[in-house]
Amino acid sequence: MSGGGIHPAQPFREAAKDTLADAQMRRNLRHATTTIREKRQRAVAELPDWEALRLAGAAIKDEALSRLGELLPQLEEAVTKAGGKVHWARDAEEACGIVAEIAASHGAREIVKVKSIATDEIDLNHALEAKGIHAVETDLAELICQLGEDRPSHILVPAIHRNRAEVRDLFRAKLGADLPTDEPAALAGAARTYLREKFLTTKVAVSGANFAVAETGTVCVVESEGNGRMCLTLPKVLITVMGIEKLLPRWEDAATFLRLLPRSSTAERMNPYTSMWTGVRQGDGPGEFHLVLLDAGRTDVLKDEVGRQTLRCIRCSACLNVCPVYERAGGHAYGSVYPGPIGAILTPQLLGMHDGNANTLPYASSLCGACYDVCPVRIDIPEVLIYLRGKTAHALPEKTAMKAVAWAMGDPGRFKLAIRLARLGQGPLVHDGVIRWLPGMLGGWTAVRDAPSLPKRSFRELWRERDEVKGA
Amino acid sequence: MTIDLFVTCVNDALFPETGMATARLLERLGHTVRFDERQTCCGQMHLNSGYPKEAIGLVRRFVEIFEGAEAVVAPSGSCVAMVRELYPRAAEWAGDHELAERARGLKVYELSEFLTGVLGLEDVGAYYPHHVTYHPTCHAMRLLKVGDAPLRLLRKVRGMTLVELPQAEGCCGFGGTFSVKNPETSAAMLADKVRAVMDTRAEVCTAGDNSCLMHIGGGLSRLRSGARAVHLAEILAGTEASA
Repeated sequence: MSGGGIHPAQPFREAAKDTLADAQMRRNLRHATTTIREKRQRAVAELPDWEALRLAGAAIKDEALSRLGELLPQLEEAVTKAGGKVHWARDAEEACGIVAEIAASHGAREIVKVKSIATDEIDLNHALEAKGIHAVETDLAELICQLGEDRPSHILVPAIHRNRAEVRDLFRAKLGADLPTDEPAALAGAARTYLREKFLTTKVAVSGANFAVAETGTVCVVESEGNGRMCLTLPKVLITVMGIEKLLPRWEDAATFLRLLPRSSTAERMNPYTSMWTGVRQGDGPGEFHLVLLDAGRTDVLKDEVGRQTLRCIRCSACLNVCPVYERAGGHAYGSVYPGPIGAILTPQLLGMHDGNANTLPYASSLCGACYDVCPVRIDIPEVLIYLRGKTAHALPEKTAMKAVAWAMGDPGRFKLAIRLARLGQGPLVHDGVIRWLPGMLGGWTAVRDAPSLPKRSFRELWRERDEVKGA
Repeated sequence: MTIDLFVTCVNDALFPETGMATARLLERLGHTVRFDERQTCCGQMHLNSGYPKEAIGLVRRFVEIFEGAEAVVAPSGSCVAMVRELYPRAAEWAGDHELAERARGLKVYELSEFLTGVLGLEDVGAYYPHHVTYHPTCHAMRLLKVGDAPLRLLRKVRGMTLVELPQAEGCCGFGGTFSVKNPETSAAMLADKVRAVMDTRAEVCTAGDNSCLMHIGGGLSRLRSGARAVHLAEILAGTEASA
């Protein structure tokens, strides 16, 4: 299986227990994120105007988001004029239905896919499978996930949790490849042999989009392998599924993002393959082009003044690579094709904070702020995390405790009394000056950490004594 | 200068010595330190844990107590970040624009940025004969952007050997209620931090925030590592007489 949608099957804490215990995954992830983190740092440091670029990127996205109502019809008009067809999908089901119908109208039993998170979000592969159409992932890492019946765990590097040895075993088993070594060139060669045949024999391709330019109707896909380029140019029919927030107002805006995206995502100055197309052109590329514009909760996110900055996201994954929680828990713990810090704010907003599993995601952060520092479009992820936490329906025991603390803190006398009571209450728990076991909600803390005990005197008591000594 | 000490609730209840050390240090530098007994908590835990309504009451209290102060100094990066970065936003989210404006007018400083930035000091006359490693806490580093201010202060401490902490900028995994709500992931982060501290062979890990130090120190203590966590203020307040 590949793809998988955005509905977490369990709360983050539960899901993370499994992934944290996977020693191989932990090693793979630590190695991969540390490497890419350092590379990004170097790639970004080369540009003296990086902060100005970030500001420009954020401003363009904010403008596009505030003008979606006029820009989307403008895009539709431009695409239509260039010989393409635009479809509007309110939700995942509608989008999958549109793609399946187009594929079926060409009698396709198999389609090739360009790496695309939007189609993973709507779980297109499963929807197509249910209609007897097999989707072949052509991005190397997506292919690894698909062949391994595994879920992607990273936006850009879906198989980041796997290492070379694991990939070799998989290709031997699933592709029957003769692989004496696990050298990257040998692994890529095995995938190439398999994929080339697919590119040449498949009639329908499905892609996502990194950007679409409203004024020209141009759609853009940015990639590293060239497999995307194969899908975008060889098959007769191309279907692109794109979230409505991927829109840019003007052609020149693309320049800003073609500078921001590669350095943030793969730490490259420029990505190897940038494909741009406008509608169809006789004798060059697909003869039929469909653009499916996907809402699936985005207009709801747009309505929220604080949350809407999430829609600036260009899916670069820089926030995943620097996130200490992602590095340990891994992408699968987030239960959505959007993992990491951006997933922790995007998934619950797309689904709504009433989703009992998705609403645990904003808590999957220590609020360290590393994600905001690297975000190329300056999404203040910690701010949105805190904001979304404020929309949680809390469990009663926690709510009672938090309200009690707030009440105690509302008055210095009550605070003083609370300290005194806690000092009395801690008595049996204190050994050698520390607390090694705490009950209930606090038990997770003392599982691996000692907790400090309250000293005999609080600061305010010491301060008063000092003043009395001084006064005397 | 008359300095208002915001000791923070965590220090008040659990680490009073940090508050006393902060006061001793500022007084040694020739300033008058006031402690307004009405103060309690900045509300960070409530805002960050999803209780904005409860937090806003504490925001208002803080603003009313410290409005008009010449300088409020707190030995905690995250509490100061809460006041400076999050108070205005929390007030705006609650629809209280006036409170947001009043919050923007507060003059609240984290100890190391106050010493280096406002007082223009690096050598505060401290003596601390130990091997020490420094952990930059996330909120001081990323929200307050204190940069190397704590390190500049530490480098001038006499008798001390400062050892560089590997992967210093990685979060220790505390994150307030994060360590309670996701204790396993938090523990995995702590494991790496504790390993880094132990790799330095320093006997003291210092930082500008006792909440992070409570976490790191809790791990060091559980492992009987022999290393302990000490707040920056206590090092800077150290003298030959106190050693």
